[in-house]
Amino acid sequence: MSEEKKINEIVSKDYDLGFTVDIEEDTAPPGLNEDIIRFLSKKKGEPEWMTNMRIQAFHIWRKMEEPNWAHLKYEPVDYQSISYYAAPKKRPKSLDEVDPEILRAYEKLGIPLEEQKMLAGVAVDAVFDSVSVVTTFKEQLKEMGIIFCSISEAIRDYPELVQKYLFSVVPMSDNFFAALNSAVFTDGTFVYVPKGVRCPMELSTYFRINAQNTGQFERTLIVADEGSYVSYNEGCSAPTRDENQLHAAVVELIAMKDAEIKYSTIQNWYPGDEEGRGGIYNFVTKRGICAGENSKISWTQVETGSAITWKYPSCVLKGDNSVGEFYSVAITTKAQQADTGTKMIHIGKNTSSTIVSKGISAMKGQNSYRGLVKIQASAEGARNFSECDSLLIGDKCGAHTFPYLESRNASAQIEHEATTSKISDEQLFYLRQRGIDEEDAVSMIVHGFCKEVFGQLPMEFATEAKDLLNLTLEGSVG
Amino acid sequence: MMMQIKNLRSKIGDKEILKGLDLELQKGKVHVIMGPNGAGKSTLSKTITGHYEVEVTEGDIVYKGESIVDMEPEERALRGIFMSFQNPIEVPGVTNAYFLRTAVNAKREYEGKKPLNAAEFLKLAREYANFLGMKPEMLNRSLNVGFSGGEKKRNEILQMLMLEPDLIILDEIDSGLDIDALKAVSEGINRLRSEERTYLIITHYNRILEYVKPDFIHVLKDGRVVKTGGADLVGVLEEHGYKAIEEER
Repeated sequence: MSEEKKINEIVSKDYDLGFTVDIEEDTAPPGLNEDIIRFLSKKKGEPEWMTNMRIQAFHIWRKMEEPNWAHLKYEPVDYQSISYYAAPKKRPKSLDEVDPEILRAYEKLGIPLEEQKMLAGVAVDAVFDSVSVVTTFKEQLKEMGIIFCSISEAIRDYPELVQKYLFSVVPMSDNFFAALNSAVFTDGTFVYVPKGVRCPMELSTYFRINAQNTGQFERTLIVADEGSYVSYNEGCSAPTRDENQLHAAVVELIAMKDAEIKYSTIQNWYPGDEEGRGGIYNFVTKRGICAGENSKISWTQVETGSAITWKYPSCVLKGDNSVGEFYSVAITTKAQQADTGTKMIHIGKNTSSTIVSKGISAMKGQNSYRGLVKIQASAEGARNFSECDSLLIGDKCGAHTFPYLESRNASAQIEHEATTSKISDEQLFYLRQRGIDEEDAVSMIVHGFCKEVFGQLPMEFATEAKDLLNLTLEGSVG
Repeated sequence: MMMQIKNLRSKIGDKEILKGLDLELQKGKVHVIMGPNGAGKSTLSKTITGHYEVEVTEGDIVYKGESIVDMEPEERALRGIFMSFQNPIEVPGVTNAYFLRTAVNAKREYEGKKPLNAAEFLKLAREYANFLGMKPEMLNRSLNVGFSGGEKKRNEILQMLMLEPDLIILDEIDSGLDIDALKAVSEGINRLRSEERTYLIITHYNRILEYVKPDFIHVLKDGRVVKTGGADLVGVLEEHGYKAIEEER
């Protein structure tokens, strides 16, 4: 068997994590109109101001056109055929009802049994340890004044905070998908860290068990008040329950003076088959504002799933001396396409940004980096460093780089480095001559390539990311 | 007998390079392959180790009584065949130590031994690195990335020492080395010499043979071994060149 064919087998391991469960649903009829939005908002028990905001967003969305500038090819989405509200009534009663292949993946990732149940959407009984752990966490956070709840709860319980910050970073008119999300978002996360508080633990969606069916149109809002710190982990390396093909999430981050937000993502959704059929379309708007001086926002993402990824976590560096960072690993295999990158908007003086993007393409995967560094006239002494590296496995995949640069201040310093490399037969032979089998050799080379980004992940997350990468690259060798 | 190569024919692309090569490698001995450019010296080492470019069309390679021509490169390596590379490849982001430990533990696992833990591994690796005159930092650097020619060759010998192979193929290990590096590399080679181990040294020069004493010299010409002799054959070649060698038939 040729080297390339073997490598393809390794990287093309079937996504054996997908599964379907029959659920009795409380479902809105397909289509989107004002009535559906009112129905959805009522179901969620929202106050009138929120309903009105949604309707306003819906009218903005109706007038917008779907963007087509990304380096992506996909069948158009029929937005009127989607059902925008489906609250699951029944969950699998035990792990016995969950696909054994999923359980195998959990086992490989070393996820404890009770946590597996949460991930698989099994209704968790209140006596289980993990739940009391969650409760303990919540109590501890509450004592420190940290609010960590679902966005629905926040709309109900903290309307002033939500009204002040929701849509403040990503306005409902920002783009087509953000407008759609603003109209129909189902749930998501809200975090508020008060002045001077350093959040003592990694916050994770995974521990926020009260809102599990948030996947399709997730809305996240994180506010770090002056001098505070929070690290938030979105998702988990394990396959989570997900039956929606279209995803359009919005994340807004606000860092006040001297505050720091670290936001880490592992995305492992169904990538579709080798022709790209059935995979998830992931159109996400993520943006943070460094509103106060000396503030910092750091995005780290590991993107391994989805058929289509359209995602540009960005930083608006408004406060003087504020810092924005973007660290990304995106892997595309089979027929996956990713158009991802970041925007760093420098407004304040002496602001600095770092971009490290690692794209891995295999089989027919297409990986594009798209990044904008914009230095406004006010951004005296701004600095940016960008590094975009691509790794190709085989010769049917592609890597593309679209760096945009706009500088209106002559004192700015901007550096951009880009490399493209291939896993060579000679590299593999060298490692195999030392007794390392082909699968481990490919994995070793890929891990080496991603090292800089994995180093940015919180430690436990990094271990999961490595396991996940191995799982993605796993396959039978000739 | 460590290895028996019988009537071996192999090609790279459409070009036949080894044309019915016969060679026997004895346990505990140092064999040296010499020969003019294009004779097939490097192809011989690639054929023994299962390089992806090489296709065996005829003949057999029997190693410790087992035919290896259909084995994957890693299967041959795990059975104790090691080759030092002329141009060791760079692997960014993978530390030398991580790579070495993975390789050592893959072999230990194959042999049914307990894997070395980080502390045991580092103790051994540092000792050998020091023996070869390598700075301990070399273990934390990315595999061969930014290494000088001499450092790469010392690193190959470090891998050899750690893996304790049974058949060691050294493909031009001496090329491009200054005298200090040549001495260090030679000491590394001699350190592993034993009654149970075989060396196959491929070289253009005889200077390494001043440090590593050979038992047999084989002259390779046009894809076949045309003469085999003792260490004294080096002197003959030195004086008269390869042209003087007449095929022993």
